[in-house]
Amino acid sequence: MIRLGSAAMIGLMTLSRIAQLIAVILVIATFNFVLVRAAPGDPAQVMAGQSGASDPKLLEDLRKEYGLDKPYAVQLASYLGRVIRLDLGYSYRQRRAVVDLILERLPATLLLTVTAFCLALLIGTTLGALAGLAAGSVLDTVFTVLSLVLYATPVFWLGLMLVLVFSVTLGWLPPFGYETINVKFSPLAHALDIAKHMIMPVTSLAAIYLAIYARLMRSSIIEVAQQDFIKTARAKGLSGPSIVVGHMLRNALVPVVTVAGMQAGALVGGAVVIETVFAWPGLGRLTFDALLQRDYPVLLGIFLILSIVVIVLNLLTDLIYKLIDPRMTTGAA
Amino acid sequence: MDAVRAFLRHPSGMVGLVVLLIVVVVAIIAPIVFPVSPWEMVSAPFTPPGEDGLLLGGDTLGRDVAAGVAYGARVSLVIGIASAMAAMVIGVTIGAISGYFGGKVDLVLMRMTELFQTIPAFVLAILLVATFNPSLLTIILTIGAVSWPPLARLTRAEFLRLRNREFVEAALCQGEGTLRIVLGHILPNAISPILVVTSLTVATAILLESALSFMGLGDPNLMSWGFMIGAGRTVIRNAWWMSVFPGLAILITVLAINLFGEGLSDVLNPRVSRRRS
Repeated sequence: MIRLGSAAMIGLMTLSRIAQLIAVILVIATFNFVLVRAAPGDPAQVMAGQSGASDPKLLEDLRKEYGLDKPYAVQLASYLGRVIRLDLGYSYRQRRAVVDLILERLPATLLLTVTAFCLALLIGTTLGALAGLAAGSVLDTVFTVLSLVLYATPVFWLGLMLVLVFSVTLGWLPPFGYETINVKFSPLAHALDIAKHMIMPVTSLAAIYLAIYARLMRSSIIEVAQQDFIKTARAKGLSGPSIVVGHMLRNALVPVVTVAGMQAGALVGGAVVIETVFAWPGLGRLTFDALLQRDYPVLLGIFLILSIVVIVLNLLTDLIYKLIDPRMTTGAA
Repeated sequence: MDAVRAFLRHPSGMVGLVVLLIVVVVAIIAPIVFPVSPWEMVSAPFTPPGEDGLLLGGDTLGRDVAAGVAYGARVSLVIGIASAMAAMVIGVTIGAISGYFGGKVDLVLMRMTELFQTIPAFVLAILLVATFNPSLLTIILTIGAVSWPPLARLTRAEFLRLRNREFVEAALCQGEGTLRIVLGHILPNAISPILVVTSLTVATAILLESALSFMGLGDPNLMSWGFMIGAGRTVIRNAWWMSVFPGLAILITVLAINLFGEGLSDVLNPRVSRRRS
């Protein structure tokens, strides 16, 4: 009964989060719409970009296509209608639909972001738990100083320093790209080749979040260790390791997962810079190229899609949170 | 005065303050030490550090990296402080309205704050700067516009905590207006945590600015650390010093501000700090 109840609750929450997702997409699309009108120059010129703005025929076509002579309300409604149908406009620089450009690059970004996120969470919480259990030790102090330094390091610079050490000086790792080009690999060798290219971008992206999660987990473990149910467990005669694994970790993870969800946006933003450093063929690289060419429809589309990615990541961490929080699964809350 | 004395005894906070003061001094005296503009060519391209009188070397166009780092301190500090101020004004206004009035206003404002906190701030910043063209002012306003949510939430929580206290009720009984109660009675009591978070926002603002100028969205007339790293990226094989030194400058400055901010937090809000660590 209780299990079923909590499953139904999670189902309901998921539904309400999906409704929220659609609402957020509409808000962001509206924001994009307003931004194009607020930009200097008329909307057709903004959308056409630097190269297209001098082409009167293209501008005329754009004005017609977006109905720029109609009232704002009509323009907005038709724009939102397009967005819901995943029509994000056309890149006049690349001569392709924006949504195609983005979807083509999205998997590479997701691979980078999700790997970094999982590694940061896994290693960060492990290190944090170790530091928390050994609070005040040399190990704890080293971790604390290290995380302070990582907090202050710009991600893109960390990436460059890795390149300097591991590619330029030592020659161990490829300095940029997604795979070795012009080489025929077996599927396994190909996967390994991609993994090798991923090491540095993932490390630089994950480092700062690893530090954040480690610090959180450390204080969380210290707090949980002082709670009554841990004393009870000790009084019951449970051994040290089984208390840590059975009682402390799960409780201590709850606040970390909450913050991890909130950091998803920053992680995705970090990926945009890191991809620029490592010429990783994802949305960050696309952003950089679009910036150089002032390809505005692409920038608007990337903002919308990355926001959706972040909200989905949030939804996922929410589900994890519901699964690990002891109060949720016993039906007490 | 007690707070000042307590801060003087805070070791890491003092380290942060001293380093920060050094950065400020470098920023102020940059034009005296380096009278030649950091954009001017002063030596052969790719001069290594220490040669030709260039302490930190020269870049692809023979410009002095040390001069760039010194002038970059001005840009980073000005943008960092100004955009943290902008974030504070936006965040405190929204948080104060939300916490003081509560109800539907609170609900709508907090939903908006959550939305701003969720969406990728850096991508939004890119979009905003690209829309309004990079200049000192647009960069400051943009960073302010994406950095306010934590300040809004903090201010709201403080206002919720304070608005039913006796001194507020006393002021209400005396017939004081809403604005006067908010600005004259509640805000002064909430100011110390707000100042702490604002000082930490300076650090994230500097990081954000450096990432924007690394992506080519800095003010084209100002030599900034992020821009220098971006310029050094493609020639890292030949000139490591072009990207190493400006990066170290960012790291040291941001670290100093964080240490200073955390020291401030320990001194001003011992209650909150102890709970956090």
